[in-house]
Amino acid sequence: MFLNQFLLLAAILFCIGVYGVLARKNGVLVLMSIELILNAVNINLVAFGAYWHVNDMANVSGQVFALFVIAVAAAEVGVGLALVLLIYRNRQSIDIDDVDMLRG
Amino acid sequence: MLALLVAQNIAFYIIAALMVVGAIRVVTTKNVMHAALWLVLVLSGAAAQYILLAAEFVAITQVLVYLGAIIVLFLFGVMLTRAKTGNDEDLDNKKSAKLIGAGIGVLLLGLMSYSLIDGFKDTEFGNLMVQRTAEVSDSIFSTYLLPFEVLSMLLLAALIGAIVIARRD
Amino acid sequence: MFNMIDKVWIIPALMAASFLVILFFGKRWGTRATAGIGIAAVSICLLLSVIVAGNWISRVNHPPTGAALAADVIAANGLTPQTGETIGQEVNAVTKDSGETMTTESHSASTTEATATEGHGTEATASEHGGEHESVPPVVRTVTWFQIGGMQFEMGTLVDGLAAMMLITVCIISLLVHIYSTEYLHGDVRFTHYYAFLSLFTASMLFYVLSSNTLQMLMGWELVGVCSFGLIGHWWEEKKNTDAALKAFLTNRVGDIGLILGVIITFFAAGGTSFNVLHINEYALSHSANTTLLLVGALCLFGGVTSKSGQFPLHTWLPDAMAGPTPVSALIHAATMVVAGVYLIARLYGVFFSGLAIGSSTFHYVAFIGGFTTIIGGLLAFVQTDLKKVLAYSTISQLGYMVMALGVGAWTAGVFHLFTHAFFKACLFLGAGSVSHACHHTFDMREMGGLRKKMPVTHATFLIATLALAGIFPLAGFWSKDEILAGAANGQQNAYTIMLIFGLITAFLTAAYMGRAYWLTFWGEYRGHAKPHESPKVITVPLIILAGCAVVFGFTNFPGNFFGIKLPSGVTTRFEHFVEPTFAFPPLQHAEFTPWLAVVSTILAATGLFIAYQYYEKNRGPHGLTSRNKVAHAGYTFLENKYYLDDLYTGVIAGSTKGPIARAANWLNQNILDGVINGIGFGARKIAGVVYVFGDQLIIDGAVNGSGRGSEGAGQLLRKIQTGKVQQYASILFAGAVVLAGVLVFVV
Repeated sequence: MFLNQFLLLAAILFCIGVYGVLARKNGVLVLMSIELILNAVNINLVAFGAYWHVNDMANVSGQVFALFVIAVAAAEVGVGLALVLLIYRNRQSIDIDDVDMLRG
Repeated sequence: MLALLVAQNIAFYIIAALMVVGAIRVVTTKNVMHAALWLVLVLSGAAAQYILLAAEFVAITQVLVYLGAIIVLFLFGVMLTRAKTGNDEDLDNKKSAKLIGAGIGVLLLGLMSYSLIDGFKDTEFGNLMVQRTAEVSDSIFSTYLLPFEVLSMLLLAALIGAIVIARRD
Repeated sequence: MFNMIDKVWIIPALMAASFLVILFFGKRWGTRATAGIGIAAVSICLLLSVIVAGNWISRVNHPPTGAALAADVIAANGLTPQTGETIGQEVNAVTKDSGETMTTESHSASTTEATATEGHGTEATASEHGGEHESVPPVVRTVTWFQIGGMQFEMGTLVDGLAAMMLITVCIISLLVHIYSTEYLHGDVRFTHYYAFLSLFTASMLFYVLSSNTLQMLMGWELVGVCSFGLIGHWWEEKKNTDAALKAFLTNRVGDIGLILGVIITFFAAGGTSFNVLHINEYALSHSANTTLLLVGALCLFGGVTSKSGQFPLHTWLPDAMAGPTPVSALIHAATMVVAGVYLIARLYGVFFSGLAIGSSTFHYVAFIGGFTTIIGGLLAFVQTDLKKVLAYSTISQLGYMVMALGVGAWTAGVFHLFTHAFFKACLFLGAGSVSHACHHTFDMREMGGLRKKMPVTHATFLIATLALAGIFPLAGFWSKDEILAGAANGQQNAYTIMLIFGLITAFLTAAYMGRAYWLTFWGEYRGHAKPHESPKVITVPLIILAGCAVVFGFTNFPGNFFGIKLPSGVTTRFEHFVEPTFAFPPLQHAEFTPWLAVVSTILAATGLFIAYQYYEKNRGPHGLTSRNKVAHAGYTFLENKYYLDDLYTGVIAGSTKGPIARAANWLNQNILDGVINGIGFGARKIAGVVYVFGDQLIIDGAVNGSGRGSEGAGQLLRKIQTGKVQQYASILFAGAVVLAGVLVFVV
């Protein structure tokens, strides 16, 4: 297997995720797209970790890093959804275009 | 050995295709529920890729955390925000925004693929050895102890924060 | 007697000291002390002058030779000896002038030559002089006054026969005037002031006469002018006196332009190294002299003479100057100051001789003006009713005689006439003063008459002086006037015929108008209101002394051959022998005594007196002609208005300057000059306005305001980026990331 396969796959997922972040109006869907991005990054990390492990047996840093990313993603989704909930409670809508109070 | 490689490749490509399709469906579907379900597909596909990369622990953790908890969280969020069942027309931005997004995405993809192909062409894995869980835990609790502790603090903060934010008072 | 000739500067210094003493202490010490100081000072000066004259006479009789002569020559020229060549040149120049070498000079040879050629004046002898003695350089003593630009300016004294003669004249007359004034100005409000000025005047005149260089002469000239101004305007409470003083001073000023130019021209003509009189004379007489330049210089100097010595056309101040006290008129305007111009010509005779070509011409400007002045002065004296004015015009006429004499080359005649004229004119003036003193201070002859019985001494002295002035034998005027006429007749190489005619006519006129004055004043019935009586001794004694001088001094120049009488040579022409310069002096031919001319002039004078006697005393003749005959009346009016010269000067020249020219200048100033300046100011204001509107407000303020507005505009534009929309921020973020990545991948 080529390393490139995994990396390209991750790149594709990343770009789809970027598109999603920019194109979706619903807050929850935006968060989902962010999850996509994070997973693409995870794949990338694990692929490199595996590659590294082949050359250096003692090194499992790829997995460890991926684990940390997963944990952080989880935390982030939790807080994010709480925020979305709060927005919904105040406005009855989770259209993130309406949340522009910080405009100049 | 060759047969194994061939099998891995075929497995990879099939799962990759599924993942890409799923991802596309996530960002284009008009049904929120369906988007979540398609996300499940993507996430599970990722777990399968981890297995292919001999990273068993991460695969399991992926399934447990993402599929088990985060998707449920998403579904709770969908539910609590009274998302419309069935197709909802009002999920996407204006066409111009979508085009911009698509443009940026394409550009980014082009750039990244160019650099990846240019940088990692002909880089093969070789003999993939399984990274045993014991090694992972050893690594976490020795080399990466500090990040681990910080991460736990982070989780705590997130927990408390989520509760505080979403509290109804 | 001890040698005063080296210390002759003491004489003017003494008079100056007297001036200062009177100035500072006169008021405090009273009038008697003031007069006493003045008289004492002048007496001492007179004594010293006599000693100086004696020194000079002995010097002429025993002239210096050899080294002493060379030293005197060098000192005389005022040149410091630089090389042996200069000394040799100077000495050679001296010997060339004398026509003899030093070694062959001897007393006996010179005196026999003198007697041999005295009687034959017209022939040119081998020695270029008219057979004179050897050259006796004047005694010159100088000190350096200051140095500037490599040029040394000196102050010094020059004593020769001319200077000694002037010293004596000035001192005698000044002394007599000092004495006379004690009575004449008795009780005057400014007695000490007057005596101070008299002392200052005497000091200035002596200073002038003793000058060794032209600059010093200029100083003395100006000083005597100032004193004249001060003394004429002595009674300045009356406007006519101040007007007269101003007229005198300003008219003199006009002539002084010429004088200053003349001094400068002669200085530069003579090489631009020295103002020394003898240096200039020597240059003028040398073969390399620039005669055209000397002519210009001589005419410029003559300008000064014209004003100071009352020549036509600047004589107009002299009659008006009679507004001053009579002793002042006697001293200044008869005897001493007005002859300063004549003295100038006499002193710088080399310049005049060379410049005007006196030796070879028959007519030139100086002689003509002199002759013309004699006539016009004489004519004007006829129409005066003021006794002093008659004498003033007489003075003008006699000054014309002196200038004419110098102009025709009769140097000794002119100077001799100066000498004799001083005494008898002073006597006439003082006599007029005595008369007016008795007649309640009036000089109007119409209010006099028959005074000969009441004032015998005054009458006698006045008569003697009148006869002297008219030129009756054997009084002084006869000898001097006759010598002038002889000089005009015989001339140098040619005769100055016109001047002779002028002189003869004026001899007649002089006798006539003086006769008129005499008869109107002293004969007939007394027409006035006062009770005239003889004046006190203080007044009459000076008159007697002066009359005596008028009688005696004529014999100092007794000619060598007088109608066949030949006196020994040690007695004849003493004046000429001692006074005429022999150093740096042009070679003049001396006219011999011409018998027929003497007879003719005496007859003319007698005729004039007789006619005056008939007309005024016997009342014969065409009285009232001027009121009957139109031509006579016009002539009389012309004379009465002094040839309208005063009107010309005051009305036309001064008036046009005051009026139209001043107005034109004012117009020029106000409109053109001020207009230019105002225009510049106006233009500057306009430019400032434009600069303000465009430069300051438009451009600078525009830039400043524009920058502010630019910032605001930019802010307004940039504000639109911040929409508050997260997705937009995210898109920008990702786009930026793309760009950065692209840069990283492709460029770096």
